[in-house]
Amino acid sequence: MNRPRIGWWFAGIGLMAGAALVMAQFIDGVDVSAPATAQATPSPETLDKGRYLIQAGNCIACHTARGGVALSGGRAIETPFGSVYSSNLTPDPATGLGLWNAQHFWRAMHHGRSRDGRLLVPAFPYNHTTLITREDSDAMFAWLSHQPAVVKAPPPHTLQWPVGTQAALAVWRTLYFKPGLFKPEAERDAEWNRGAYLVQALGHCAACHSPRNALGAPGAVNDLSGGWMSGVNWTAPSLMDNAQTGLAEMPLQDIQTLLQTGKSGHHHTSGPMGEVVQYSTQYLKPADLRAMAVYLKSQVRLTPDASETTPPTTMRRVMPDVQTRGAAIYDTHCAQCHGEQGLGMADAYPALAGHRAVLQKDTTNLVQTVLYGGYPPATAGNPRPFGMPPYILTLDDKDIAAVLTHLRIQWGNHAPEVTPLEVNRIRASQGGH
Amino acid sequence: MFSIARCLTLGLQFLTLTAFFSTASGHAKGFEDSMAERTRACTACHGDQGRAGPDGYYPRLAGKPAGYLYNQLTNFAQGRRHYGLMTRLVDPLSDAYLREIAVYFAELKLPYPAATPSATRMPPAVLLRGRQLALQGDASRSVPACTQCHGERLTGLQPHVPGLLGLPLDYLNAQLGAWQTHQRQALAPDCMAQMVERLNSSDLIAVATWLSTQSLPQDTSPAVTLPARGAVALPVCGSAPELKTAP
Repeated sequence: MNRPRIGWWFAGIGLMAGAALVMAQFIDGVDVSAPATAQATPSPETLDKGRYLIQAGNCIACHTARGGVALSGGRAIETPFGSVYSSNLTPDPATGLGLWNAQHFWRAMHHGRSRDGRLLVPAFPYNHTTLITREDSDAMFAWLSHQPAVVKAPPPHTLQWPVGTQAALAVWRTLYFKPGLFKPEAERDAEWNRGAYLVQALGHCAACHSPRNALGAPGAVNDLSGGWMSGVNWTAPSLMDNAQTGLAEMPLQDIQTLLQTGKSGHHHTSGPMGEVVQYSTQYLKPADLRAMAVYLKSQVRLTPDASETTPPTTMRRVMPDVQTRGAAIYDTHCAQCHGEQGLGMADAYPALAGHRAVLQKDTTNLVQTVLYGGYPPATAGNPRPFGMPPYILTLDDKDIAAVLTHLRIQWGNHAPEVTPLEVNRIRASQGGH
Repeated sequence: MFSIARCLTLGLQFLTLTAFFSTASGHAKGFEDSMAERTRACTACHGDQGRAGPDGYYPRLAGKPAGYLYNQLTNFAQGRRHYGLMTRLVDPLSDAYLREIAVYFAELKLPYPAATPSATRMPPAVLLRGRQLALQGDASRSVPACTQCHGERLTGLQPHVPGLLGLPLDYLNAQLGAWQTHQRQALAPDCMAQMVERLNSSDLIAVATWLSTQSLPQDTSPAVTLPARGAVALPVCGSAPELKTAP
């Protein structure tokens, strides 16, 4: 028997199977022919539920451009492959969802496909929204359909060829996307399962809190092992590694308060997580936030990979001139609010002594905070937050590296030195918008 | 009246605070739950109590009309003004809090620093042109005098029109340039953009230079009423409805 010929046969069969899988991306069995008029007028309860679910999904954050009407789209989502512009979710027929029906919407949420069957770009986190129940999807669509229409076409995506093409998306989906509903775990109680549903489906927490691979694919919906957010240059810490968050010891009430108000004791949300609190979690029912906290706590690993978090036992000695410089900058710029002993001021300024955010191996967020300062979100529970000034114009890379190093070796803190290069990497990238 | 009781209360508060901080020296020093404390992120650049930045660029906030300050905060939040540091600071804040911050700075009645009008090497003709635009306008280009909207003393008009004096030349030039290139905008109809469009660059430089060389009047507070109407009709301003004068 001729061996090379068998090889060709196998290659051919493999290719055909692969092509069939990729082509299958265009088949979803959703009957979208149901006319929009056939939909009954939704009850006020359904509309209210839809609004709530849209908030729980934080749709507004991505689907609203700066200065634009809420949910009318057009915000650029920066990806390593170019910008993706969010779509208009208001019921305008020409530029929004005006010609859609609940079937179309379900197809988008569950199958990641548009009204006309086009495969959507996975900047829309449909690996998460696929878990949403049909009932919830319909309620969300009902509420969206009852909002004022805004005429606004989003700019076309600027993705590098061939990333945004239908063929490339079909291949990507074959590798990384499988439609499927949320499956409750029978051995867990209703609260845990509610929390898991909110975190994995609507909350799409893993979209930021999991690492993305070279093709931009995030981890599984329950992978909360942390990730770097390339578009804005912040790091979403691992919610599974207790050394990074301390979730294991944190009382449920504190986690709930943090998500509801943006602040809990010495913990403050900032950067992209501040935005999540501002537009989404502050509006959620306490019971739902508590359920999320229950689920999140259950995912914490108590024995993390030592190399990730604990500083090496033989930490490089910090040069005396760096120590002196760091201490001097701390006294001039930081001690006034954070205290000489790094104890901060409860409800206003976080303590730096023993604060997990100060001790992270990845210093991205620390550098962001010092360069740009900022406020935690103003919420009903913390309507008038205290803020921190930006230091990007006052302190150079060496100053910031020295003062951050100072924080990491004072008051019992024990974390490696921060280098000027780490500061420059973020300063040079402008750190987002 | 500054009563004895009030003195005593203040004294007690001071004692309590001193006692507190002497036992907790590792914490923030002299912390007081106040708007001054909550706006440290602003005053780091805009100077103590918003008196203007020490580097001669960041404009004064203290005593500016509250509506003007609030409009600027929302302009940054909504993309009508562009300055990354401002945008990042205001993004997480609510409308109510932005208003409170604006009112806080507007109500700080602080004396301006001793008048030190900046020296200029501009030829007298340029200054003359600047003065003419500021005080008379240019009817041939349908440009009213600055004083027509910004108040007779050029200290602004309540509640939305800013004063134009006591600002660094670099800042004034940067703002007029930003209007020209549409980097700075106001709520539509954008009257200031229309005015800038009617003037050429040398006019803009002339008026900015003249403004930066003026000392402040005795009364630096924003005017409450519009001056008598001039030859040129005032534009309609989306950001300052009070400019809609009676015919």
